[in-house]
Amino acid sequence: MALDNKIPQGPIASKWTDYKNHINLINPANKRNIDVIIVGTGLAGGSAAATLAELGYNVKAFCYQDSPRRAHSIAAQGGINAAKNYQGDGDSIYRLFYETVKGGDYRSREANVHRLAEVSVNIIDQCVAQGVPLAREYGGLLDNRSFGGTQVSRTFYAKGQTGQQLLLGAYSAMNRQIGRGKIKMYNRHEMLDVVIVNGKARGIIARNLVTGEIERHSAHAVVIATGGYGNVFFLSTNAMGSNVTAAWKAHKRGAYFANPCYTQIHPTCIPVTGDHQSKLTLMSESLRNDGRIWVPKKLEDAQAIREGKLKATQIAEADRDYYLERRYPSFGNLVPRDVASRAAKERCDAGFGVNATGEAVYLDFASAIDRYGKEQARIHHLDENDAKLVYDLGKKVVENKYGNLFQMYYKIVDEDPYTTPMMIYPAVHYTMGGVWVDYNLMTTIEGCYCLGEANFSDHGANRLGASALMQGLADGYFVLPYTIGDYLSKDIRTGKISTDTPEFEEAENNVRSMIDHLMNNKGEHSVDYFHKKLGKIMWNKVGMARNAQGLTEAMDEIAALREDFYKNVKVSGKAESFNQELEKALRVADFLELGELFAKDALHREESCGGHFREEHQTEEGEAKRDDENFSYVAAWEYKGNPREAILHKESLVYENIKMVTRSYK
Amino acid sequence: MNLTLKIWRQKNAKDKGQMVDYKIGGIEPDMSFLEMLDVLNNELVEKGDDPVAFDHDCREGICGMCSLFINGEAHGPDRGITTCQLHMRKFKDGDTIYIEPFRAKAFPVIKDLVVDRSSFDRIQHAGGFISVNTSGNTQDANNIPIKKHDADRAFDAATCIGCGACVASCKNSSAMLFVSAKVSQFALLPQGRVEATERVLNMVEAMDQEGFGNCTNTGACEVECPKGISLENIARMNREYLAASVK
Repeated sequence: MALDNKIPQGPIASKWTDYKNHINLINPANKRNIDVIIVGTGLAGGSAAATLAELGYNVKAFCYQDSPRRAHSIAAQGGINAAKNYQGDGDSIYRLFYETVKGGDYRSREANVHRLAEVSVNIIDQCVAQGVPLAREYGGLLDNRSFGGTQVSRTFYAKGQTGQQLLLGAYSAMNRQIGRGKIKMYNRHEMLDVVIVNGKARGIIARNLVTGEIERHSAHAVVIATGGYGNVFFLSTNAMGSNVTAAWKAHKRGAYFANPCYTQIHPTCIPVTGDHQSKLTLMSESLRNDGRIWVPKKLEDAQAIREGKLKATQIAEADRDYYLERRYPSFGNLVPRDVASRAAKERCDAGFGVNATGEAVYLDFASAIDRYGKEQARIHHLDENDAKLVYDLGKKVVENKYGNLFQMYYKIVDEDPYTTPMMIYPAVHYTMGGVWVDYNLMTTIEGCYCLGEANFSDHGANRLGASALMQGLADGYFVLPYTIGDYLSKDIRTGKISTDTPEFEEAENNVRSMIDHLMNNKGEHSVDYFHKKLGKIMWNKVGMARNAQGLTEAMDEIAALREDFYKNVKVSGKAESFNQELEKALRVADFLELGELFAKDALHREESCGGHFREEHQTEEGEAKRDDENFSYVAAWEYKGNPREAILHKESLVYENIKMVTRSYK
Repeated sequence: MNLTLKIWRQKNAKDKGQMVDYKIGGIEPDMSFLEMLDVLNNELVEKGDDPVAFDHDCREGICGMCSLFINGEAHGPDRGITTCQLHMRKFKDGDTIYIEPFRAKAFPVIKDLVVDRSSFDRIQHAGGFISVNTSGNTQDANNIPIKKHDADRAFDAATCIGCGACVASCKNSSAMLFVSAKVSQFALLPQGRVEATERVLNMVEAMDQEGFGNCTNTGACEVECPKGISLENIARMNREYLAASVK
């Protein structure tokens, strides 16, 4: 099937407006006869559910958590971008568009990104109207800060809990509609298959996680908004339950999966301590506004620190290597995430790591505390040479900005980051790849949509900070409600979709036989045993730096592990009850397929771009080397029964408004 | 570390349930409490036993999913954290640890340590929102100036994660701290004033219907709240409720 991205004609700045002016609408009386299923209730799914319900559709929303309020969007810390130019520092829709395309290393779709930049402005208005308490200045106006990859302050925030506040905003909008009966909420439910009738997505098979019942749900369209698949690495910053299952089932039913190898490795996470670890914790990128990243200049100092003989604070200023400021003078500590992550790995690989495992660098707030302290002393006419006073005043400012993050660090690491620098290391964070969608956010299955992190379209090979929240809410509040209406306008006479058809029967049987196999398997290892093994393969061979040999090995190893999983996994308990082992087993089974496609995608992409770094393709200075001539396309994979047999379809990326140049943050 | 765990096991809501003893070894101080339970569950699964069900998701203290009652305290012996942020360095080698679900009439047990907190959602359905369309046709955000002090206090109230520790630690199983946090967030913002009366009346009514008890001002909820939600919010809700009742 040829890929049609359905990008409207015309100049980029008017595509979205023209599109909206010409689509078909549905009158309110007819909307009442149309059902939409939304799977996942984070920023994208939650905002879509609320908005579609408000428009008058009957929405059925599903989440695996006990409440939509717990979706992992809640953990996003730093902020959300919007081209408001409240600061008057030169921001504009074009500049946000430009920086996002550049930040994504010219592997995102221009038309989608421009639309994102356009609606970003509305998102802030919308959230403030809902009562989201974004940070304010003393004059009562909204405050902004800056993030990696940009030189303006366009990031709106709510301390270090922006995702939480935005999600609670979407959740409250959902609650309003649930109370009215326009959204029927299915908590603790997991989608295990999508049902296709006459080529159109017409429903899902879901498992009630409390009772274990397998349920059929029909609708006129299905929307998947289940987030990213970073947990294929086992260790990631994702919530433990985050999974690829809904997206992968759609893939197996015909939705192409695009750019699976584009994974963001976030530079500022708390380092791994041991094999028991279940989860990695992110420290917001906003910390890089004030924190300076460094390692010792001398190998012997690094060695002494690792052995516990020296402390960070004992290293003289002249013996510290602020390597980001050294290598990238114009962006310094605010280089984009992929650049900062690779630079940290490079220093640690060279032997300058600062924790016991040698995989950590410092994020130091001493100079920020000093700078703010002196400023406060001057403001209040106090003695700026009194070191203790300056420290106390400065600490208060830093505490005000990042207090919860510092507390979080302290609880996990048991060290006070106000007095000793934080240790950080890159970790798997966000997946830019995902289900292929056209401009309408429709997948290659008619009537099946995909939003937010679960789709691929907006971030290219690297995502700039504070743009994930923006995309989730843009898709849910402002894009899908238009595009899905155009599609559903053909369904006003369809009537209820029956679940009593061979298609539902087949999908349900498919799910049941998988569950039966897992429950009756007489294996000897837990699900986690396999998941951890998969994670190790992924991190070591498909992680921050990849090469052809490692990727080829990884594909074989994952295939072998998958086979072993089906022979040797053991799931205790019963299928017809609350069974967390079974939930994990079903998710890991899908990760074991996705992982192989991920490696295959990375192997075929003979270039480095954004989060995808092929060791064979780098500059002499160790920077990523793109190959625009041969790889300026989206790799969309068609499922053919086995991940390694997936067929590649290419969507050419055409840049009409932005000149492709080598990314430089020097 | 070697530990003795006394864990509440209950097959489902109807089952009677009981404490069961487990011995566990090889626990390191930098493991989180939930990672310690992962180790136990891995052993149970590999032996063919039913692992202990417990709720968890983000494991970084923000989703509000984890909910254990540890040695008689919601979220265990440390202050200002959720269970997933509790680390084993807070315990000693040889300790016996009691692990139970959050117990309240309005939080029925689903299995073992997992309880059903959907009563919290139903209270939110009754009024935990501002009635504004999500169409994007709103006024410019800076046309609603808000005092920094008010925005900060609204934010502080809005940081409630809905974990239910307040209910679990209250002798009356009152949900006042949770409900008052939401009421306060909107009461402090100009956008929320328009429907403040209906909001507080409806949410308090829903809270009572769900079977939560009354507040007797002992303050246990504030002490155990992982996000430091203040009792001031309860006072604010009471004022809002009183004002709404006499209107």
